[in-house]
Amino acid sequence: MSLIARLPPASGEVLPEGGEVTQSGSVWRMILEVFFQNRLATLGLGVIVFMVLFCFVGPLVYHTSQVFNNPNIANKSPSLSHPLGTDQVGYDVLGRLMLGGQTSLEIGFAAALIAVGIGVIWGAVSGLAGGVVDAVMMRVVDTLLAFPFLFALILLGAIFGTSILELIIVIGLVAWLVPARLVRGETLTLRMRDYVQAVATMGGSTRRVLFRHIIPNTVGTIVVNATFQVADAIIFVATLSYLGVGVPPPATNWGGELASGLNYLFDGYWWLIYPPGLAIVLTVVAFNFVGDAIRDALEVRLQRR
Amino acid sequence: MVRRFGQAVIVVIGVTVVTFILLHLLPGSTVRAILGPRATPVAIHQLTVELGLNKPIPVQYVIWLNNLVHLNLGYSYKLDQPVISLLGQRIPRTLFLVGSSLILAILLAIPLGILQAVRRNKPDDYVMTGLSFIFYSMPTFWLGLLLISLFSATLNWLPSEAPQDQLGIFSQLNGMILPVATLTLVTVALFSRYMRSSVLEQTVQDYVRTARAKGLTSRQVLFRHVLRNALIPVITLVGLSLGGILSGAVVVEYVFNYPGMGLLFFQAALDDDFPVLLGVTVVVAIATVVGNLIADVLYAVIDPRIRYI
Repeated sequence: MSLIARLPPASGEVLPEGGEVTQSGSVWRMILEVFFQNRLATLGLGVIVFMVLFCFVGPLVYHTSQVFNNPNIANKSPSLSHPLGTDQVGYDVLGRLMLGGQTSLEIGFAAALIAVGIGVIWGAVSGLAGGVVDAVMMRVVDTLLAFPFLFALILLGAIFGTSILELIIVIGLVAWLVPARLVRGETLTLRMRDYVQAVATMGGSTRRVLFRHIIPNTVGTIVVNATFQVADAIIFVATLSYLGVGVPPPATNWGGELASGLNYLFDGYWWLIYPPGLAIVLTVVAFNFVGDAIRDALEVRLQRR
Repeated sequence: MVRRFGQAVIVVIGVTVVTFILLHLLPGSTVRAILGPRATPVAIHQLTVELGLNKPIPVQYVIWLNNLVHLNLGYSYKLDQPVISLLGQRIPRTLFLVGSSLILAILLAIPLGILQAVRRNKPDDYVMTGLSFIFYSMPTFWLGLLLISLFSATLNWLPSEAPQDQLGIFSQLNGMILPVATLTLVTVALFSRYMRSSVLEQTVQDYVRTARAKGLTSRQVLFRHVLRNALIPVITLVGLSLGGILSGAVVVEYVFNYPGMGLLFFQAALDDDFPVLLGVTVVVAIATVVGNLIADVLYAVIDPRIRYI
């Protein structure tokens, strides 16, 4: 067969003489296809959507008072009027769960956003620059990576104090290191691609190369990492709240609710413990499933190239 | 190889610089922490001069570094002991916790990972994968407390607090079971996942096909060839995860009230005990860097294709 006939057909259809069929539609379509074939991932996505709706739309539907508590009805076990019982100061647990979820999810998403944002820029610039700049930037990353996350979080929390905004910033400042490394690796690979060198030859500025060619092609890895970042951030916040350096009252989050509920571990008030704990585990598992599935879908794309 | 070692030294020095700067962002606080909230300005000034805290920060850093090299990590006024002796008490306990968890985790995760890979997409794989995900996604403290709730509160088989004194570890071994189990479970979940994907990656390689074609049974292929290759990335992972395990150890020590280095660090953070914080951070950072270094070295030793220039 001639060389022309062996090239993938432009329209994506099957050639009469039996040429290759490329995927129709864009790469994203294919990733989505593989993603939704993975049942666990679809389930995970469903759980995430449910959690977001539960926490943010739920309070609009299910009204409880989260401002005025009623200590007379504290620690009541689940009943019709309070499906998940009441907590130690009389708040309805279900309502508290929704409110806490708002904070947990907000912190998770925001921290992941900051971490990925900083990490991508740092990694891409480092990879593109190469040479001494790259070496120095990566040494900085290595140095900061030598601090185990929790130690760094506790240290920064002790210095800067805790509020929701500070917590988001602190987690973001600790978590940007991993995406930076990943993106730098990808940038190094992509740099060698012909189209990048072509852009540079045609006179494209470095910024153009960076933002229009390199970063869009690392989006897959970034998205995978971002989902894991959200999952990790939620666990970090929960752990910090349990240790007592989390969000101060009156704001609440799942970790804090779990922490205060655990005071009653030996009293048998299971509705104070399991709902927030399960909420955390379900959400984190869901994010892990989704991230895993996107990563697998990307692998498939790479294999079929 | 030398270059790698040199890099590690640079990183450790960098860590000390960063920690030092962080902890001195709030000038005067060290003194206030020692003297308490009702200190007079005169006393504050006196102590500041006495401790050498009014010197420029780079000078203070050099003094501290010099002390460090002579193994003088300062004095903790809160706990009334030299930092180095505190560390001497606490490090072995954390070492025991982390060490036993790590060894158990490796011993459990490798077979589990292989099993998951071999039985891929069968029901047992789904069950094991599901369990791995759940354990991996659980906050460590919740797992610890669940275990306490089950084994201490309900069944009353095991104590809920870890042994407090030095020799207690060995005389009250059942007090160590739950803390070690907690840390191990979380780590096994991570390692077995990696082992599984690593083995799977190997099974699609050409050499496996060749071995099968030569007539080796699946089991022979597995144990003679695949295993060795699959272990390589996992070894790197073990070295890299040392930091994460230390983080987990902090939580476990808190949950079970185990007087190790993590608990010391946490209490020091709450008490603004800067010498201790600095000391522990240096130790932990060095441990993490050494872990990475060992991982790299092992990686190069095991895989003859990798050689450091």
